Amino acid sequence: MAFDRSAYAEGLRAALPVLLGIVPFGVITGVAMVASGIAPLTAMAMSIFVFAGASMVATAQLLSQGTPAALIVLTTLFINMRFMMYSASLRLHFARLPLRWRLAIAYLQADNVYGLTLARFADRSGDRGKLEFFLGAGIPIWIAWQAAVLAGILIGAGVPASWRLEFAAPLAFIAMTVPLLRDRAMVAAALAAGITVVAASGLPLRLNVILAAIVGIAAGMLMEKAQARLRPL
Amino acid sequence: MTPGTIWLTLAGMAVVTYLLRASFLLLPENVATPPLLRRALRYVPAAVLTAIWAPELLLQNQVLYLGLENERLLAGLVAIAAAWRWRLTSVTIAAGLAALHFFDWLI
Repeated sequence: MAFDRSAYAEGLRAALPVLLGIVPFGVITGVAMVASGIAPLTAMAMSIFVFAGASMVATAQLLSQGTPAALIVLTTLFINMRFMMYSASLRLHFARLPLRWRLAIAYLQADNVYGLTLARFADRSGDRGKLEFFLGAGIPIWIAWQAAVLAGILIGAGVPASWRLEFAAPLAFIAMTVPLLRDRAMVAAALAAGITVVAASGLPLRLNVILAAIVGIAAGMLMEKAQARLRPL
Repeated sequence: MTPGTIWLTLAGMAVVTYLLRASFLLLPENVATPPLLRRALRYVPAAVLTAIWAPELLLQNQVLYLGLENERLLAGLVAIAAAWRWRLTSVTIAAGLAALHFFDWLI
């Protein structure tokens, strides 16, 4: 299989602006882990082996509250359940690749990489350049994330909170969501998920995120059914 | 928590997270994704991504916080408008952060 360098470069270019959102979140994750009492080496190992920021921030909080290990792992399961949905979605594009590539794709999966990849694949048909685009986006995002976490671990609580860079994380997610809202069913899915996650915020273990995802998906499918054909907004 | 328990927690988190990521990608090619799942998957990104960012704008200490003094909500609306108009991640993040500091200064 020839390596499609132009698709790799395209993925890399798509990832560059996203790094703006990843680096602050990575730094904050590193700071949060060390501040909660996790040893620097353990925190870095967690970043490499788990590679899922939201669940690591949650773990830092739970550890400092003396939460038992089993409950922390369960919380991680819920927070990261969205990766299973990403996996099912990416499979439609990558099922024909050899196992070793699928194992690598699984590891590099992240919200941003998934968002970029699906946005690009929605416009194209065929498999050409898909793996290269995914790697082009996923590898620099992985490197930037690990470097940012390492920086956060090293500087500890040194980042001025007044910069409020942690807000870059939700902004990056907004930037990925808005271009998806191309028809009424998609808008219904996002609106239902947004309303549900807020209405159910009292649920423990961040279960509101999982519930909101399910309600949002159901709302999108119902709206799709309700319309004879999808009209663009 | 002892260092040993923390490493055990870390191992549990890593295994759970990797299995979730790998799950469907490990199925053989001739196993079809069920049609209902395929239809549902179309809405996964919009629903899950919104479920992650919406609380950052709308909640304060787990309670709904609407109002003109909620600068995160105002900045988020600016970011949504910027994302709708330009569809560029960098512009959306820059606009949102600038708006956050502007509203923070204003209020």
